[in-house]
Amino acid sequence: MIHYILKRLTSLLITLIVATIVIFLIIEVVPGDPAAYMMGLSGSTEAADALRVELGLDKGALERYFSWIGGMLSGDFGISYTYRVPVSQLIGERTLVSVPLTVYALILSTLIAIPVGVISASRRGSVVDTILMGVAQIGVAIPNFWFAILMVLVFSTSLGWFSAVGFPGWEAGFWVSIKALTIPAFSLALPQAAILARVMRSSVLEVMQEDYIRTARAKGLSQRQALIRHGLRNAMIPVLTILGLQFSFLLAGGIIIESIFSLPGLGRLVFQSIAQRDLIVVKSIVTLLVMAVVMITFIVDLLYALVDPRLREGGRG
Amino acid sequence: MKKIGFLLLFYLTSRAAAFAVILNVGLQLEPPNLDPTSGAAAAIDEVVYGNIFEGLVRIDKDGDVQPGLALFWEVSTDGRSYIFHLAEGVKFHDGSDFDAEDVKFSFNRARAKNSTNAKKYIFAPIVLIDILDPLTIMITLDHARPDFLFNIGLGDAVIVAPESAAGNAFNPVGTGPFRFKKWVRGDRVELIKNDDYWGLEPRLGGATFKFIPDPLSAYTAMMAGDIDTFPNYPAPENLFLFDRDPRFDVVVGLTAGETILATNNKRSPFDNILVRKAMAHAINRKEIINGAMFGNAAPIGTHFAPNHPDYVDLTGLYPFDLGKARALMKDAGYANGFEATLKLPPPTYARRTGELIAVELGRIGIKLKIENMEWAQWIDQVLRNRNFDLTVVSHVEPMDINIYANPNYYFGYDNADFQKIISDIDQSTDAAETSRLYKEAERKIAEDAVNGYLFQLGKFGVWKKEVKGMWANYPIRSNDLRDVYVEGAD
Repeated sequence: MIHYILKRLTSLLITLIVATIVIFLIIEVVPGDPAAYMMGLSGSTEAADALRVELGLDKGALERYFSWIGGMLSGDFGISYTYRVPVSQLIGERTLVSVPLTVYALILSTLIAIPVGVISASRRGSVVDTILMGVAQIGVAIPNFWFAILMVLVFSTSLGWFSAVGFPGWEAGFWVSIKALTIPAFSLALPQAAILARVMRSSVLEVMQEDYIRTARAKGLSQRQALIRHGLRNAMIPVLTILGLQFSFLLAGGIIIESIFSLPGLGRLVFQSIAQRDLIVVKSIVTLLVMAVVMITFIVDLLYALVDPRLREGGRG
Repeated sequence: MKKIGFLLLFYLTSRAAAFAVILNVGLQLEPPNLDPTSGAAAAIDEVVYGNIFEGLVRIDKDGDVQPGLALFWEVSTDGRSYIFHLAEGVKFHDGSDFDAEDVKFSFNRARAKNSTNAKKYIFAPIVLIDILDPLTIMITLDHARPDFLFNIGLGDAVIVAPESAAGNAFNPVGTGPFRFKKWVRGDRVELIKNDDYWGLEPRLGGATFKFIPDPLSAYTAMMAGDIDTFPNYPAPENLFLFDRDPRFDVVVGLTAGETILATNNKRSPFDNILVRKAMAHAINRKEIINGAMFGNAAPIGTHFAPNHPDYVDLTGLYPFDLGKARALMKDAGYANGFEATLKLPPPTYARRTGELIAVELGRIGIKLKIENMEWAQWIDQVLRNRNFDLTVVSHVEPMDINIYANPNYYFGYDNADFQKIISDIDQSTDAAETSRLYKEAERKIAEDAVNGYLFQLGKFGVWKKEVKGMWANYPIRSNDLRDVYVEGAD
């Protein structure tokens, strides 16, 4: 087990180092200058030059790379070019929206998908199965931005139950904030739930064909008991993989939903920063997202080992 | 008795609530920071101008110069020096006093060598700033500048305090009727009424500027009632839905944005005036305004705002005439046309207009390849490196015809006669003469077909019926809320 964890940790570190180099290089070659952008159409070249010096953009690439990495290691992400506040503060504020939104969506999608998948599988070929999988098929096909707009038109514009845009901030109260995140979380969760339900269904079906289930049945367990005691745990492995991928996808991919609902999340910050060439913010967020994805993959790998003892054994050998 | 007491209580609380009415204002773009004397972003002025910060003079809803922190002023007969008499008892939001020292500080800061003021040129003519007494200041220019007063009314010339200037980007401290409360980045900026305001008390209890980048979300937010007013609604295509809805007022006005088909005059074949004239004849403004702006824009024939008194209507100079256009192309030696690229920045007006331009110029054999780009790319390639053939962009600065006098500006118009007209305007002290010269300048660039003059960008105001006092036009980018109130709330 320890060997397994160490192996995973090493590959995690290498991935991170390579990622920072790639991110830095890509951002170096991106055309467009933040100072010129901030000065706009009528700004003088003189003022842009003064700004470039102020932002430290006149220094060499290597110097900037190492001061960036060094700063990040000591928790200093630098000062945003456009907002003129510490990047860590910006990211901190946005994370408090994006992470809860992602977790909320993930909980919703799991709560919907796992029962749907199990019910569908255990009544394979029935009317219930056909209907559930039909709905799931539609769920996979519907783009989440379109579904989000539909939700807003129904629940905000027509019924007036929720605000159409914005986020009050956690200091305004826990439930108020949760309410503001509900429609966005649903919009994010539904297509994911549809995918997950289909994976869950086929995974359960596959597991139920296994020899050990037949043995369990032969011992006298009912189909249902066999599924719950022996089947579900095995059926969870592919589902975990998908969940891990979805968490990363939702965290990084919230950008469209965040735009539709004008939520001050990480996705929108990245998008805005790219457009404004606030490169220091882009670099830091992309690095953090890479770190988050790598960490999640790491955690999922550990979870595999928990559900599947063979991985633990294999690690020793 | 109990009932009366209850009613009284109800009356009192509802009065109190009424006084605290907070207006929810929708804006598409979030300002990068809140210091109007730093970058050029119009989004900064849209939040802070007139609300948090004030200048010596104030530009009003009609684009006229009104007294601001200077209650009145005297101009010397040679037009070179101004004596400003400042308002008394004015305090900055942090409690510090405002006086002539602050004016001197603000202007010196803006014209300093390391200044990052995007409109440093406003302050370039200043040769001397003399404080005559704490409430009187004399500013001397190199020579008479008729546009000086207007220019110091812009957001770039607002008065800041030495104690707080450095923090204005994130904690703006001004003298205006509203003070900064908080900024939730990515979501909103909150302002509250300044109870110690030196001028007329504002009628709103405060304002929350909410940033909604997506046009469709702007629609749903208005319809759901989250937003009280969208001063510059981003989607002209669904304005009619608000027009039909009895809950809303729709006011289509004008901005100071001349939308042009900017043409690289230094690059062949656009350096040939025949080609530019042919293009002018091939452009059908009506088709563009209907197609790209859903009919909500005013055609222009030169680089000047049509609601300005000195505007000359030159839209008939090169009327839409494909026969003439083709003949001119033949005269220019391009009977079979040519290929060129059209680089388009991100705003919807530019993308839609660009697509129509490509069709229209295609009719006379100019095959355009459209390249869509982001602002940062556009600024880099088009504005700075002049690496472009054609582009569509709106020049939103007020009274900016003088950009044609700069031969190094991106469209590269280098004409001595025109430069002479602009330097005459700079020297002129006589209003009638200035007006005549502006008209001459407008005619000159239109005749030379420097750029394709398309339309004045509209301002689409949508607000709830009860909201009164919003600006109909954008002579400058400002949502000055000093006169805004909500009917029935006070």
